[in-house]
Amino acid sequence: MASNCTRFRLVGRSYVLFVLMPEPPLAVWLGELDVWARRSHGFFDRRPVLLDLSKLPLSKPELAALIADLKARNIPVVAVEGVDSQLLDFTLPPLIHGGRPGGESDADTVAGPAETQDRPCEPTSLLLDKPVRSGQSIVFTNGDVTVLGSISSGAEVIAGGSIHIYGTLRGRALAGVSGNADARIFCAKFDAELVAIDGLYATANDTTSYLCGRPVQAWRDQDSLQMREIVSSARRRV
Amino acid sequence: MGQVLVVTSGKGGVGKTTSAAALGAALAESGQNVVIIDFDVGLRNLDLVMGAERRVVFDLINVIQGQAKLPQALIRDKRQERLYLLPASQTRDKDALTERGVARVIDDLRATFDWVICDSPAGIERGAILAMQHADIAAIVTNPEISSVRDSDRIIGLLDAKTEKAKKGQQVVKHLLVARYDESRASSGDMLQIEDIVEILSIPLLGIIPESEQVLRASNLGSPITICNPESAPGRAYFSAAKRLNGEVIPITIPRERNRLFGRLLGGRAA
Ligand SMILES: Nc1ncnc2c1ncn2[C@@H]1O[C@H](COP(=O)(O)OP(=O)(O)O)[C@@H](O)[C@H]1O
Ligand SMILES: [Mg+2]
Repeated sequence: MASNCTRFRLVGRSYVLFVLMPEPPLAVWLGELDVWARRSHGFFDRRPVLLDLSKLPLSKPELAALIADLKARNIPVVAVEGVDSQLLDFTLPPLIHGGRPGGESDADTVAGPAETQDRPCEPTSLLLDKPVRSGQSIVFTNGDVTVLGSISSGAEVIAGGSIHIYGTLRGRALAGVSGNADARIFCAKFDAELVAIDGLYATANDTTSYLCGRPVQAWRDQDSLQMREIVSSARRRV
Repeated sequence: MGQVLVVTSGKGGVGKTTSAAALGAALAESGQNVVIIDFDVGLRNLDLVMGAERRVVFDLINVIQGQAKLPQALIRDKRQERLYLLPASQTRDKDALTERGVARVIDDLRATFDWVICDSPAGIERGAILAMQHADIAAIVTNPEISSVRDSDRIIGLLDAKTEKAKKGQQVVKHLLVARYDESRASSGDMLQIEDIVEILSIPLLGIIPESEQVLRASNLGSPITICNPESAPGRAYFSAAKRLNGEVIPITIPRERNRLFGRLLGGRAA
């Protein structure tokens, strides 16, 4: 009989987590979070997040209250960063440190339901030759994502690098999530619920209706998210 | 070997059951043997729409659990001899539908029928997944409104990920069936345009079924519209859709009611 201890294996695995970094005053920050969540409905919906408290020192009861507040918003906090380990006991999520911006992690492509791919060597770009359908979430932190079709309303593509969409962007595109401020988003037709680059975001309400239906690129200029119609040089010459 | 067609949508009340019955009857009219399976355990409807509710003895779950043989549970339509119904159970627990049982029933039916049509329950849960599991072809029923289109989009994603075909690296052939289309509301901008729906879902159009009181009348009579009123606008729309399922290439039109003017003339004469 095989010995039982061979069954026990400890495996290391890296994941990409979204980080919430509250700033004082907390009430204002929570208010902004609510506005954000309302605009991009369902974005958090039980998506696990890490709470980085380096900008907001809290006492233990305050921290417990904040975690409860987030839970009430359907945002589960799975770990905390940037606090003294004394603050956390077993009733609170564990302390974590040494996080790197997502780009260096070896997290997988989590393509929509049951589409996870096995890859022999690490590619630095991902090509999607089918539309990204409502309810699907494509996460690729190693580089650029190219979508030949459209991204539906209620679907999302999250990339470490830039995102190129040859169809219509109706859902969400989050580029540069590994801390790459140079990432850009390009789409042939813009009708997005949300675009974000390295943490800076704009929702449908923030974007001028002029852009709707046009080819658009989005990029980050210092601390602002810029969006502009892509005018081809051929057209410009006319 | 017959083909398995799933009629699905995500959203409820869009016209799946109506369409499964109408397409099934139209395919049977064209000389093919057709069976329609009701997958809506607990909310069965197809027997009513096909006027067979008093003839249900055994159902799909009885067959899966071995309490009845498949031929015992099949109900032959009284008006169209090539059309059969396999009813859902109204009383059993949904969990009694097992993956293996469904696979066996579909394999058996496929061997004797030209078309096995699966009428899917609403939602994206287990029942809907079981109904689409063995499909070769899918008719995605969509109403011209944004919530229906989004649910259809979701279902298309599942067809591409969860079906047997998808697991083998193949694709279910997907068709869009726009149902309950109201031309006057579409032109006034109340409803999504057909082009927009096709663009959003990016799958080919199988047909446009107009909103019509004839459908309600047919369903109250317990007869598929393609049997009780084949010349009505929705009847003709379903017949063209059935032809396209058989591979015929015919242009898509939005059928209009022909008999309105006719009816008025008749009325005038009677007066
Ligand atoms: N083309 C149509 N015109 C008018 N009413 C329709 C049409 N198609 C379906 N209906 C009605 O809509 C309701 C829901 O249809 P049903 O086929 O049961 O939908 P589902 O199976 O998707 O839940 C029924 O009352 C049906 O008679
Ligand atoms: Mg139904």
